[in-house]
Amino acid sequence: MMARRATPVSRLLALVLLAGVSKSFMATAATGSAAPHSFPIVYLRKAYPGPGIMPSLLETSPADEGLAGAEDGTAEINTTGKFLGWNFKLYVETLPAGADVAEEARRLFTRGPAVIVADLRAPDLLQLADAQAVKGSLILDMRTTDDSLRQQQCRANVFHVLPSQAMRADALAQFLVEKRWTRWFLLQGPTPADAVYAADVRRSAGRYGARIVAARSYDYNPGSRRSDTGYQQIQTQMPLATQVGSDYDVLFVADETDLFGDYLPYNTFDARPVVGTQGLIAAAWTPAFQSYSALQMQHRFNEFAHRQMTERDYGGWLAVSIVGDAVMRGRTVSPAGIRAYLRSDRFLIAGFKGQGLTFRAWDQQLRQPVLIAQPLMVISMSPQSGFLHPGNTTDTLGFDQPETQCRLAQ
Amino acid sequence: MPTRAMTGRCTALLVFAVVLCSFAAGAHGSELFVSNEVDDTVTVLDGDSYKVIATIPTDQRPRGIIETADHRTVLVCDGDSSNIDVIDTKTLKVVRKINTGPDPETLAMSVSGDRIYVSNENNALVTVIDFATGKWITQIPVGIEPEGLAVRRDGRTVVVVSEETSMAHFIDTGTWKVVANVLVDTRPRVVVYTPDQRYLWASSEVGGTVSVIDPGSHQVVHVINFDIPGVDQQYIGPVGVQFTPDGRTAFVALGRSNRVAVVNARSYDVERYILVGQRPWQLAFSPDRSKLYVANGLTNDVTIIDVSSQKAVKSVPVGRLPWGIAVVP
Repeated sequence: MMARRATPVSRLLALVLLAGVSKSFMATAATGSAAPHSFPIVYLRKAYPGPGIMPSLLETSPADEGLAGAEDGTAEINTTGKFLGWNFKLYVETLPAGADVAEEARRLFTRGPAVIVADLRAPDLLQLADAQAVKGSLILDMRTTDDSLRQQQCRANVFHVLPSQAMRADALAQFLVEKRWTRWFLLQGPTPADAVYAADVRRSAGRYGARIVAARSYDYNPGSRRSDTGYQQIQTQMPLATQVGSDYDVLFVADETDLFGDYLPYNTFDARPVVGTQGLIAAAWTPAFQSYSALQMQHRFNEFAHRQMTERDYGGWLAVSIVGDAVMRGRTVSPAGIRAYLRSDRFLIAGFKGQGLTFRAWDQQLRQPVLIAQPLMVISMSPQSGFLHPGNTTDTLGFDQPETQCRLAQ
Repeated sequence: MPTRAMTGRCTALLVFAVVLCSFAAGAHGSELFVSNEVDDTVTVLDGDSYKVIATIPTDQRPRGIIETADHRTVLVCDGDSSNIDVIDTKTLKVVRKINTGPDPETLAMSVSGDRIYVSNENNALVTVIDFATGKWITQIPVGIEPEGLAVRRDGRTVVVVSEETSMAHFIDTGTWKVVANVLVDTRPRVVVYTPDQRYLWASSEVGGTVSVIDPGSHQVVHVINFDIPGVDQQYIGPVGVQFTPDGRTAFVALGRSNRVAVVNARSYDVERYILVGQRPWQLAFSPDRSKLYVANGLTNDVTIIDVSSQKAVKSVPVGRLPWGIAVVP
């Protein structure tokens, strides 16, 4: 299970070192002549209760998901660090399920500002960001996709690594519009996250000239296929849920918690493809991706963790890589300095997308091309060609500057 | 041209003689050897007509490709097969395989021609191989995803750039130690000494720049930026770099911007962008340096640029995902 409490030693060591690292060290660091300077990164996660039984046996939830990516990333930035006189240390803190993050933060962050890679869900991330104890700290959100954290609930000390829900909906929408599959049937699950994603799908349709020709809610628990009659039940339920009067090109499913979406392909009433949170999905990473040197990353991760690299692992890897870049290329070590660097036009990180990735200044979301994938194959990558933008074409995905509701306190 | 004239005369002769003449043509006219990463082949183009002379099957994922100084062989790295295919430039057949260790991406010959330097992309290593025996002399740990290699003319230094670590590593060939590491812009692909050996140019695909390194001080002394009107900066991905022999002009392939930049190598001003095929990757000159050849990865062709007019003359089809070009006079 995830619940691995950090050792007392790591707790003692954590955060002691930031204060000792000053800019005066940078000159010697560049030549690599002196003993390496240590740089701490705190990896903060929580032992959330497991997801229960997944619809498919092929889906797994590795206990070290996310962490393995961050650890691999730490090893990689230390390869660069070895040549430049830096040694990055990842201090892993696992909060127990149900822990109050603000309270834990008070206990953990007693030594001043820190650089935190947060493997937390949205409510906990917000608590952390607002905690007095992490004032002045820098938080790299490697996990969430919630629009709210990039909109009204954005925070000046939080940078988001993975694409938002809106970016994902736009990425799929561009692909569908490029294919001229513009009549969508929106099937929405019961959770608040499903409602947010469904709203994103409607927004995408409006932006790109697609139409929602039918919309329906699905709030029935489909039950488990594990029972012997499971297939029969699903085979009855799904056509019923998807029988709509209007003709449509694709079924757009909004099921953020994997409740029923994976049952939809080949079970729809009409012979139509399924896209959205299941079926053809939009993601920053899948274990099937191999372009732009992603193949080498998949190999390296597999050697390191002895399993496939998930999107959350990629989030961890990328978050740590961003810290490494800020320290070694940006030559900045304080959380405030790193924040300024990440917001500047000097910053650019490679993430196997064939182009440099940068942060949007208005909501501190990493701008990035998004993969369009089915389980075994990456089908495309958005933005699709022909979707133009006066500044940066990747800003056609998600909330652009004129639309943002984020007001960052500087 | 001599090659074509000979072949023309040959057609009147006996089949036996035709075969002989075509071998002779291979020896006298120039030929382009293009590695096709996806097809697992090397396309051989006639250097005058640009017609396909042969398609040579290789092992899997051929990328880095060079000719030996005696022009008798062309060596190509087969990334997914862990070896080098040695192609006889007369018979146009693979005559030998050299084990490189996992995932060789590019290679370079030592000045004396007795050693091969190979970058092992998956293993963060440079492997040094004795060319005559195929034996490994040593392996040198470098940064993650090593790619382009450059050999200093005096033979004393080999430079390799590592993509993931974003560094140029200087290897002393006397001790096989890494003696210096220079941080360059993100994901460097190719590194080349200027003809006068005073500087090294390292192209950074994702960074979108070329870093000019002083190999004496191991400092980046200049960074060349590219700005193409109407093209998003994120599509500018510098890869292949070639200098004219006088060292005055450099050509830089710019990846997804579908252009080759012409750079004044003294002032570092970009003088022109030449539209070529899609995702131009590696570059090579014709033997007389009057033509520049560009491997276009996405359009599966090679663009021929006239060097004096700096214009793209034409593009000719090769195999799928052409990666690099070796030219044999």
